[in-house]
Amino acid sequence: MEHTITTQEVNFKVFRFNADEDYLPYYEDYKMEVTSEEVVLDILNRIKWDHDGSFSYRRSCRHGICGTCAIKVNGRSTLACKESLNDMVETFGSDLVIEPLSKKRAIKDMIIDKGDFWEKNDAIHPFLISHIDEHPEMECAVTPEQANALNDADLCIQCGACHYACPVMEINEDFFGPAAFAKAYRFEADVRDDAHTTRLLELNEEKQGVWDCVKCMECAEVCPKDVDPIGKITKLHQMLFAEGVAKSNVATRHAVGFAHSIAKRGVLDEGELVLYSEGPAIVKHVPVAVKMLTKGKICMPWNMPKSDNLDEIQKLVKSSSTAKF
Amino acid sequence: MGKLKYALFTGCTAKQSTPEQMLSTMAIAEKLDIELVELTEASCCGASHLQDYDDFLSLVLNARNIAYAEKHGLTMVTICNTCQLNTAMTKHRLDNNADLKARVNEKLEEVGLEYKGTSMVTHFLYAIIDDFGLDKLKEMVVKPLSQFNIAPFYGCHNIRPSELQNETHKTPESSYNPSSLDDLIIACGGQTVDYEEKNKCCGFHVELQAPHTAAVLTGNAIAGATDGNADWMVTPCPLCHLKLDTQTGHASKAIGRDVALPVLHMQQMIGLALGCSSAELGLKHHVTEVDFA
Ligand code: SF4
Ligand code: SF4
Ligand code: SF4
Ligand code: SF4
Ligand code: FES
Repeated sequence: MEHTITTQEVNFKVFRFNADEDYLPYYEDYKMEVTSEEVVLDILNRIKWDHDGSFSYRRSCRHGICGTCAIKVNGRSTLACKESLNDMVETFGSDLVIEPLSKKRAIKDMIIDKGDFWEKNDAIHPFLISHIDEHPEMECAVTPEQANALNDADLCIQCGACHYACPVMEINEDFFGPAAFAKAYRFEADVRDDAHTTRLLELNEEKQGVWDCVKCMECAEVCPKDVDPIGKITKLHQMLFAEGVAKSNVATRHAVGFAHSIAKRGVLDEGELVLYSEGPAIVKHVPVAVKMLTKGKICMPWNMPKSDNLDEIQKLVKSSSTAKF
Repeated sequence: MGKLKYALFTGCTAKQSTPEQMLSTMAIAEKLDIELVELTEASCCGASHLQDYDDFLSLVLNARNIAYAEKHGLTMVTICNTCQLNTAMTKHRLDNNADLKARVNEKLEEVGLEYKGTSMVTHFLYAIIDDFGLDKLKEMVVKPLSQFNIAPFYGCHNIRPSELQNETHKTPESSYNPSSLDDLIIACGGQTVDYEEKNKCCGFHVELQAPHTAAVLTGNAIAGATDGNADWMVTPCPLCHLKLDTQTGHASKAIGRDVALPVLHMQQMIGLALGCSSAELGLKHHVTEVDFA
């Protein structure tokens, strides 16, 4: 098939701000003919080269490797040098809003202070912690299977797209965030690393650790390198149980409670799960529970459904369980 | 087109804290002449938490649920976003990993079952769009919702990760600018409200361990819909519904602004447009009163 290049007109609304001069950010409009060959970074270049030399953004490799060019288009975190304009127009139409990854961290136009990203990155000890024999007899071999266990966590280019797309980062400033978790997993899964429990203990802490992830899947969706941070967070959860680091708290009991409930009746007993998870702290749920009760939203124990063929489920829970708490 | 027939995985919530969702699902199935065979043998899917504790057990249980749909030779239809994600994720992993599938089947064999991979797993929303068709639905509308501005709330687990989700239905959905619920609202004669939070998270899954985060997310969603001039919200997920309908007190406190809007399940919205009564749709089961129907 012959390759054809098409052009179309696109309206760009571009975030502008200079922390040294401006009190508030503002938006500048640019109307441009764009071709089907162009990526978002081409547009940033054209704004700078053809319209306003002071327009500022980060880029280096133009090949999706350096991780510096991540910005937001209509709220979607993306690598400017990888994102085709055609795809953006297909998704959002011909009015595109170009913004930095974090408006509140903007320094100049697309350039943000990524300090919080690096702080979180540093906090999880992003390096191999290994007791190395200084006079080894042979090389420290890692088999292909062992390398595969990293599950592509090592492909992260630290662009920050996931970090600034994560809704928890906006609310809970202690949260390590998806990129730091993916990085932590990269070392936790490395057979040469000896820090396992030390790192896991920190990942198990409330507010900063993995239990505060809301499982929105945003990080997996935005990652330009298919690192799948939420997939790594799930694996870290499993490691916490496997290594016996998970302490009994509302979050761990919540996860384990499902297994208990399923073993008992196949379906979940919602009330019992909350009771099992919260313990005596369940009293704080009473006001909402009373409202729900009056609306017929609470299933009484004597009406609680059970799965048919429950014996099958119970048998499987026994034979297939791999975790202990 | 022959009569549409699906295996229905109700999930646990529709049978407990959102009885109105079960009622309205059955009510519209009857109106639309869709046959739903309830998978009464199914267990809980683990709600995206069981796999944090025991991944293999979660796979085995979800594979068992799908195996029952396969026995009927039917597509499995889910009515909960999180059920959809867990079940579709299980299917994806087993269909793409022969070794894992064999290990799971070794267990299922103990109870005389087998996971083959022959049944699709799709959310009722997409079954209606793909198989029933919105044009046909539109023709059946007797009480168009034309006086209402309706804010769609998609819920994360029906739209992300989009690569996986788009394997489960034919009409493609963009997680960044989703359209299925909007299209459904329009088919029912309503006006859709565009607002930033429509494809964001409601925080349900951390309600116990991170209540503040959960409350802020819920508050932001209702506030966004309110500022978009919504009369009410609609969602395809009973978990989003629980959060948006019952947690307005915590949400208002967390964001420092009183927010509350009636929230309908998508089945209830369709039911209203098709002329179902408020009793048939279980509207009395809402904590935030539905005062318009
Ligand atoms: S899944 Fe968890 S880590 Fe990823 S973006 Fe959502 S809340 Fe953040
Ligand atoms: S995980 Fe992906 S999105 Fe997040 S920083 Fe690394 S490359 Fe970027
Ligand atoms: S996600 Fe919720 S509703 Fe669905 S099966 Fe699991 S617990 Fe039940
Ligand atoms: S938190 Fe809410 S929006 Fe997100 S997946 Fe769960 S129920 Fe859906
Ligand atoms: S310029 Fe290097 S990743 Fe985009």
